[in-house]
Amino acid sequence: MTRIAAGIIAAMLAVAGAADTPGRAAGRVALPVIKIEKGEACVAPTAQMRRDHMQMLLQQRDLTLHQGIREPRFSLKNCIDCHASRKTGSVLGKDGFCSSCHAYAAVSIDCFECHSPLRQAQAAARP
Amino acid sequence: MNPDRRQVLAWGAAATAAALAPGLRLVELAQARSPQEAASKLQRWGLLIDITKCGECDACVTACHEENGITSNARPATDAQWIRKVSLRDTRTGYAQTLPLMCQHCEHPPCVDVCPTGASFKRADGIVLVDKHTCIGCRYCVMACPYAARSFVHETVSGQKADVPRGKGTVEACTLCVHRVDRGATPACVEACGRDGGGAMAFGDLNDASSAIHRRLKSEPSSQIRADLALNTGVRYQGL
Ligand code: HEC
Ligand code: HEC
Ligand code: HEC
Repeated sequence: MTRIAAGIIAAMLAVAGAADTPGRAAGRVALPVIKIEKGEACVAPTAQMRRDHMQMLLQQRDLTLHQGIREPRFSLKNCIDCHASRKTGSVLGKDGFCSSCHAYAAVSIDCFECHSPLRQAQAAARP
Repeated sequence: MNPDRRQVLAWGAAATAAALAPGLRLVELAQARSPQEAASKLQRWGLLIDITKCGECDACVTACHEENGITSNARPATDAQWIRKVSLRDTRTGYAQTLPLMCQHCEHPPCVDVCPTGASFKRADGIVLVDKHTCIGCRYCVMACPYAARSFVHETVSGQKADVPRGKGTVEACTLCVHRVDRGATPACVEACGRDGGGAMAFGDLNDASSAIHRRLKSEPSSQIRADLALNTGVRYQGL
């Protein structure tokens, strides 16, 4: 009895191990492509960004629209300026910074129905 | 800074301004805000349009649509329109006039009264806007506006300007180029009218006694369209 259970557990571990091998896993599930091309650090510690970036954006959205506060730090335009791919200039697409992670996490957002996903020349923006 | 303190400071500034010779003041009220500072109700942004200088061009319309990324789907009945030229003709004498018409940025906006979600709102400095994040596309505001200034976006949009997000299913209108005003610039239509048109449009703070627009409103005749509705519009006309 114990022997069989141990055998099952071992088999499960082996399967889990195989799934963790990058080459094979990537074939079935598209992993997020987190390739940072600009900037040393994010606007907050990475662990916090992973967990809380949506709250930051929604908070900033209300401040900007209703009070006209346009501090760049948590502005969506600012995220895009750093995180857009150098190749496509966009945060969307197969390897896009926002879209690839969202695809992996099964999140769908409608922000880019309206907002441009492209990096803009910051010429006009103030510091 | 809390609002009370700011209010007191502004009163101080107003008192100083009054004490000095006209046009001379120690504190400039109409400074561009810093990006951290909220829009203030001490200001009221508006336009003064002298239609005797408004000719047969549409520089303001072209500039607006370029600035805000308003493109046509070649379906005029449903294309978005933030500003349009209106032609007036006296039927008896044939006297013709033309003027640009856009959101009048009312002090008492009917579009805000009817909005069921609070998406249609007036910012502290008098700019009437749609918060597209909360707009459900019901179009009550389109119906309520006496100036027919609002448009509904009927089709998917692509190629938006980074400063002006737009998308299907929401209502939109002239924002007085709020993204430019917030960085101390004037609306695109005003700039284009000065450059390519008749120089008929002026932008400024209606509350600021030292601004050109305030001085003109104080010393020259002007009117509001549908003044009978007592909406106290932020856009004023001369020569109507
Ligand atoms: C229906 C169109 C629409 C959609 C959908 C939309 N936005 Fe916006 N958003 C706007 C408009 C219009 C503005 C005002 C732009 C201005 O005045 O600069 C804005 C401004 C913002 C701002 C402040 C400006 C900036 O770049 O920082 C943020 C942040 C923002 N939106 C976040 C979001 C997020 C997050 C989502 C998705 C959950 C989203 N928006 C979806 C239309 C939209
Ligand atoms: C100055 C450029 C810059 C700006 C602006 C910026 N980021 Fe980042 N971001 C980075 C860098 C660099 C990292 C990687 C940090 C690391 O490796 O620890 C990062 C990491 C992240 C991560 C974690 C990715 C991972 O490794 O899992 C998220 C999520 C993120 N950013 C979202 C945002 C959002 C949302 C905004 C806008 C509010 C934004 N970023 C603005 C540069 C920026
Ligand atoms: C490290 C992976 C990762 C990256 C990179 C990332 N996101 Fe997210 N995002 C998530 C996850 C996971 C959620 C869902 C969190 C939840 O539902 O609690 C989420 C949720 C959101 C939401 C809220 C969606 C909703 O309906 O509540 C917004 C808005 C958002 N992300 C915007 C962005 C933007 C803009 C970028 C690119 C600048 C970005 N994210 C990059 C992982 C990521």
